[in-house]
Amino acid sequence: MIPLLLIFITALFFPGIIGKTKAIFSGRKGASILQPYRDIVKLFRKGSVYSDNSSSIFQFTIPVYIAALIAAVLVLPFGYHAGFISFEGDFVFFAYIMALARFMMIIAALDTASGFEGMGANREAFYSMLVEPAFFVLLGTLAMFTGFDSFYDIFANLHFTSYFSVLVAVIAAYLLAQICLVENSRMPVDDPKTHLELTMVHEVMILDHSGFDLALIHIGNALKFGIFGLLIANCVIHVEWGAEIVYPLYFVTQVLFAVSIATIESFRARNKMAFNSQYIINLSAISLLLIFVVLIINNNL
Amino acid sequence: MDILIFQAVLAASVLVFLVPKKFMYWTSLLFTSVLIIISSTWAVQAFATGDIISREFFFEFWDQKPVFVIDKLSAFFVLIINFTVLTGFIYARGYLAPYMKKKSDIALSIHFFSLIWLHSSMIQATMLRQGMAFLLVWELMALSSFLLVIFNGEQKTVLRTGINYLVQMHLGFGAILIAFLIVKQATGVASFDALPIYFQEHNNFWLFLIFFFGFGIKAGFIPLHTWLPRAHPAAPTHVSAIMSAVIIKVGIYGILRVLTHVQSSFLEISILILVISIISGLMGVILAIFQHDLKKLLAYHSIENIGIIGIGIGVAVLGKYFDNSSLIFLGLGGALLHVLNHSLFKSALFYSAGSVLQATGTKNIEQLGGIVKKMPATAMIFLVSALAICGLPPFNGFISEFLIYNGVFQNLTHAGYANSLASISIIVSLALIGGLAIFCFTKAFGVAFLGVSRSSFPTPIKERPLSMLLPGVLIIAVILTIGFFPAPFFQLVQSIQSEFSFVDGYAAPEITSYTLSQIGKINLIFALVVIGLLVLRWVHQRSVSVRQGPTWGCGYTAADYKHQYTSTSYADNLRQIVQPLISFKKDYKGFEEAEIFPEPKTFETHGDDKIEVKLIVKPINWLKDQLPKAGLAQTGSINHYLLYPIIFMIAIGLLTYFGII
Repeated sequence: MIPLLLIFITALFFPGIIGKTKAIFSGRKGASILQPYRDIVKLFRKGSVYSDNSSSIFQFTIPVYIAALIAAVLVLPFGYHAGFISFEGDFVFFAYIMALARFMMIIAALDTASGFEGMGANREAFYSMLVEPAFFVLLGTLAMFTGFDSFYDIFANLHFTSYFSVLVAVIAAYLLAQICLVENSRMPVDDPKTHLELTMVHEVMILDHSGFDLALIHIGNALKFGIFGLLIANCVIHVEWGAEIVYPLYFVTQVLFAVSIATIESFRARNKMAFNSQYIINLSAISLLLIFVVLIINNNL
Repeated sequence: MDILIFQAVLAASVLVFLVPKKFMYWTSLLFTSVLIIISSTWAVQAFATGDIISREFFFEFWDQKPVFVIDKLSAFFVLIINFTVLTGFIYARGYLAPYMKKKSDIALSIHFFSLIWLHSSMIQATMLRQGMAFLLVWELMALSSFLLVIFNGEQKTVLRTGINYLVQMHLGFGAILIAFLIVKQATGVASFDALPIYFQEHNNFWLFLIFFFGFGIKAGFIPLHTWLPRAHPAAPTHVSAIMSAVIIKVGIYGILRVLTHVQSSFLEISILILVISIISGLMGVILAIFQHDLKKLLAYHSIENIGIIGIGIGVAVLGKYFDNSSLIFLGLGGALLHVLNHSLFKSALFYSAGSVLQATGTKNIEQLGGIVKKMPATAMIFLVSALAICGLPPFNGFISEFLIYNGVFQNLTHAGYANSLASISIIVSLALIGGLAIFCFTKAFGVAFLGVSRSSFPTPIKERPLSMLLPGVLIIAVILTIGFFPAPFFQLVQSIQSEFSFVDGYAAPEITSYTLSQIGKINLIFALVVIGLLVLRWVHQRSVSVRQGPTWGCGYTAADYKHQYTSTSYADNLRQIVQPLISFKKDYKGFEEAEIFPEPKTFETHGDDKIEVKLIVKPINWLKDQLPKAGLAQTGSINHYLLYPIIFMIAIGLLTYFGII
């Protein structure tokens, strides 16, 4: 249960840290890092307005979305704590249950008969389809590198295999961070602060969600950050280190991850829409290169 | 005794032509049920006892008495065929109801008669081993399905499609016949049972290739697939469901049956299967994305799923080459389980598509929309099956795809150079196929069932009767059972693997049952969390105000149905990437100069199968151009025809004189 708890704790602060950092960079004082949670609590108190066009589908997609994310969290390990459920090939389950979550968001958006939301849904489906291979190749490479094929065993053995493990871990962490940005529709793929619906991806999909559902969506976003932050932390952490190093390191990694996302968003412009697919395919290309790196390290080439 | 009843029922099936219209359905259902009960008993017996059940015919055919031989592989396919045909029959009750008045007695008799024979020929094809008897039922299968496809043969296009189908099936038939003749030439017996002897002494690859061609046409591997996207939409829906769910699987059965005896050339065979399967998987789903016709879209998805099954089979053969038991067992297990899974969700998808077609009169998803409000049960069946076909947990499609993934990942953990590159490319293709399938089904479900209607329909759209919903409900029950309790089903398919000679001597990985039970467990947790959240939401909604309002139009207040995303616009960004693989045609006539009062204009785009155009249509057109040149000598005047024998005689005389012949 440790990974589950860790993710919930960090997810609690993640969006707040991003918001605060961005505020500081733009010369504002910014809201407290707990502000996103005040917003969520406020949303829970509010009622809901449903589109006349929406159907029964709209009533259950968001709970399924959150449940899928929670199920994804259950297979994640942390250090020497295996996931709540751990089995061979659990990362395949992880990727597919995340895809289920996406599927639900997409059909909820299409249910409202709005052209804007259809556009967002379409982009979400398209980008996540493109990013899928990158994740699988990355995990395949790690399986090849460590000789194991479950999340727990891969991360537990990552740093025992070879002196070059740091190299592989860094590239893996970089790729995971990038995949997280695509999954969460952040810069440079999508700008969450844009004011034009035509250029949004995630934000435009949830225009018609309100109250309880919208609160759950915000929680889901925070959870996704927590999930990928945990995966990145797993790349960095050595299992044999004691708790006094591992836990602080975990929180430092998460904070650094949040700050770097905020930094990227403060200082660079988003990609042109048409350039996004190429940008995402590059991730797969990098992970394919990583295969050859690992083949060389393992003396298999 | 049971075989006597089996054949008596088949002989009695002509009674369908004699009974009045209103009893026709029940008579044929009765006959089919008897066949289903008898064959299922054999199959269950084969699984329960582990023995090979055999039943000898009472008459001779081609100098010997044919024998039904039911081992576990046959039994597995018999059970799948029986279940799908049963659901198909239930569905046909509602689906054929409007035709009962329209169609003549004889047309309906032919339809039901063909349905009985299609079912019986499929199960017989999986049970017969002798070449000639097998080819006979193979032919019966092609003929009966042809008659079923042209049920609406008064439409010219349907008839053309049917003939196209018949011709292509005979190409496959020819290939299998040649393969059997080669076996007969070498061993003296034309039978699947003679294959071990043949494979021991000859090159395995070439014979396998011929068989693969013959069975692959039935299975619909690209580039042998061109009949499939035409025949499926043209046939009545229960027939399309049976075709897509089981007829193409009989092709897979054939490939597997040959594969059970293969003894060498594993590398070549696995490369052949893998390359063709990966192309089928990717191209199938990409082409599916560009379809507007719901049934055609599903047909292309059959090609994709045949690709996934093929990848599983190829992985297993590759595992034999690399001497890796996890590849063999998980690849083959995944492929076999996917055969079952695909027969389930694909038939359910076709049933819902057929219900929509019957309710609205169209299967063009660009004209649909908002069906979920009018036909909620049909839409839910479609949604669950769509999630299952995308391989998403907690449904059954995930289990079979997971097995293949797991095999490949396990192999990666101690793979050499060539092995790991092969594994990575399989993983990339599976991941891409999965992502594209989600893209496709969010489109299909979102455009056809969600949003608001894109056109007005003459009759109000109503939910279909129980007989058209029951098959879907039954299938979803099985889908969920496999999804939540996968371990027994894996054990079932694993027990089939003992029929494969190349699996001998390998120990099945023990960990998989544990893994699958863990997946079942996490799926259950997931389901509980969903239920918990839904209850929480329900409770919450009672305490706050819940209102209805217009969709947020971002400030624009006159939004209407035309602003929704369409099938074409949804596929547009993918189109830019896959442009080289698919040919797009635009039908649009621009304004003419003198057109002062412009006529209404239409604009249409079609995505076409470039493989078909390049590999099939162009060569055939070239042949059509070339062949008339051979008719040069055929002038039609009798003096020329008299000249030819004279030239021939003189030539013979000269050639013998100079001792050339």
